[in-house]
Amino acid sequence: MQNKEEKVHEPLFHVSKRSSMPLWESTAIRVASILLALLLCGLLVALFLGKNPADFYVSLFKGSFGSQRKIWKLLKDIAVLLCISVAVTPAFRMKFWNIGAEGQTLVGALASAACMYYLGGKIPEAALIALMFVSSVLAGAVWGLFPAVCKALWNTNETLFTLMMNYVATFFVAFCLIKWTPDGSSSLGILEHGHLPRLFGNEYILLIIVVVLLTVGMYIYLDYSKHGYEISVVGESNRTACYIGIDVKKVIIRTMLVSGAVCGLAGFLIVGALDHSITTETVGGLGFTAIMVSWLAKFNPLLMFVTSFLIVFLNQGASQVSQSFNISNAFPNVVVGIILFFIIGCEFFINYKINFRSRKEVK
Amino acid sequence: MTVLLKILDYLLSAVPLGMTFLYGSVGEILIEKVGHLNLGIPGVMCVGAASGCAALQAMYESGIPSALIVIFSILAAFAGAAMMGAVYSLLTVTLKANQNVTGLAMTTFGVGMMKFVMSKLTNIRYLYALKLFRFPFAESDNSLKYCGVMVFLAVIIAVVASFILNRTRTGLYIKAIGENPATADAVGINVNGYKYAVTCIGCGISGLGGLFYIMDYAGSQEAYLSIEGLGWLSIALVIFALWKPIVSIFGSALFGALYVAGSYIPGIRELKVSMAATPLLKMLPYVVTIIVLIIISARNKKENQPPQSLGMTYFREER
Repeated sequence: MQNKEEKVHEPLFHVSKRSSMPLWESTAIRVASILLALLLCGLLVALFLGKNPADFYVSLFKGSFGSQRKIWKLLKDIAVLLCISVAVTPAFRMKFWNIGAEGQTLVGALASAACMYYLGGKIPEAALIALMFVSSVLAGAVWGLFPAVCKALWNTNETLFTLMMNYVATFFVAFCLIKWTPDGSSSLGILEHGHLPRLFGNEYILLIIVVVLLTVGMYIYLDYSKHGYEISVVGESNRTACYIGIDVKKVIIRTMLVSGAVCGLAGFLIVGALDHSITTETVGGLGFTAIMVSWLAKFNPLLMFVTSFLIVFLNQGASQVSQSFNISNAFPNVVVGIILFFIIGCEFFINYKINFRSRKEVK
Repeated sequence: MTVLLKILDYLLSAVPLGMTFLYGSVGEILIEKVGHLNLGIPGVMCVGAASGCAALQAMYESGIPSALIVIFSILAAFAGAAMMGAVYSLLTVTLKANQNVTGLAMTTFGVGMMKFVMSKLTNIRYLYALKLFRFPFAESDNSLKYCGVMVFLAVIIAVVASFILNRTRTGLYIKAIGENPATADAVGINVNGYKYAVTCIGCGISGLGGLFYIMDYAGSQEAYLSIEGLGWLSIALVIFALWKPIVSIFGSALFGALYVAGSYIPGIRELKVSMAATPLLKMLPYVVTIIVLIIISARNKKENQPPQSLGMTYFREER
């Protein structure tokens, strides 16, 4: 009997969940993972492209901070991405996996473009912009409403539903474009009316101000309001929410309305302040990138300033790299992908603890 | 008469296209059966296509017999995609990362990787390679010439997958893990081992879809631009097929038909469909999927539901 017990094999390590970790420690792990990923990218560049990795890092940095124009572009891209990231956050806090931000933003953009196309020049500019705003927000909200209602009524899988809605939106935009454009031409061109005003002579400042206010507002809504509390409870446990008297269905539908509406607002900003036109590529995958940004920031809107900066910085830097190395313009996606893998992987070391077998116990 | 011929032509281009979806969806069905919702399938298909094409480029002027070239390309595509599966399972199984986020990162990476690799592969004469892949009937002058070896391979894989899932002990284990990993663990099934193996194999199968689309269906380099969209449709097809590989065979043909309908139907003058309807027709597969999704959740029949623990991370010590 005694012999048998001695032979029991203890695994080399076992994994247990951490209850908490000091902020500096988790930050250090995240930063380390990003640096490690960048190191790997530099190594890959050196190995497969035969370029000097130092050039890689210099170009990466120059892509975002190389000139004043690039800094403004950086800020603009951050603002757009941040807006959509903030939009998807309420749903994610509720553990409602809304990956339809792409579609919700696109229909928002379409609604604005439709107002510009049909009413531009016929009504005063201020009225037009107000109308664009309202219709975009409504369109985004409606696009989010379908999956939410089905989830609330029949527990339909929201991930797959919202994913499909993206493509419905894309082809709906394609349909409108065929209707709107004259024969033969494939793009709509710049629409003359309904441009958002420029503040201080810069076309991006209004956009940036709106997005900053929105982000802070969302933080307050989620962390300091009754709605935000209800969202968190539903996200933690449906049953608890039921037990303490929260109407889960109502919360799901209301939160998705908010989420979709803010996506629609992002669409309005893209069309009204930046593109003044629309294509099927207007959102261009930002809806998916926004999910990353929101998740990386642990669904905290204020932290999204940092995470959205990180993603945009990498994207812009890597596209500068691809230009100066004369390689495919798909290179940024590869870099961002690798870095995302590392950041996703490093979360494990923050949430879990690896306990190695200690020598003494085994004797 | 010409209408009939055109419709026949239409069906014959629809069914082989559907095989792209079939590869993607059978792979994804297997992965979802072990409880992992892999949104990286578009990326996986892209990587499969890229590694298959890279292998082809390396081989095809070296005098290796053409049958071997095809086989090695297929194996390379499978291996490349399975590596993506390994990354995915490392992150989601061992490191317990969120599956949706990991999947989306895989798509970002895979699509970028493929575009990067494909921009370097300029020496392939794709139309020549097409003949290799449409192996048994490439030279025949009737419509069979669209059906190459990979079309049959797709159907065989789907049938085998269905057999394994429904008739073998392995399949039972796989399904048990997808429904409730804690219970499966308690009866002594190696949960993580199965998850790794099935995810890698499933991704490998999906990756073949990408190679098939470029080399067998389209036969042009530019084709790689549309693989991502096809990947998302494959995920849609999984729902449409109610997680059954056999249903997926017919579903893939239907999806193929719906997908090319947009380019064919307005071309048939007798039907009087305007060109503007093209995007609306292309929207159909997605709308159909949404409707199926709503119906199966509203009817709530037990055998038609997604695996119970789909999308959830399994940690043994969690209550």
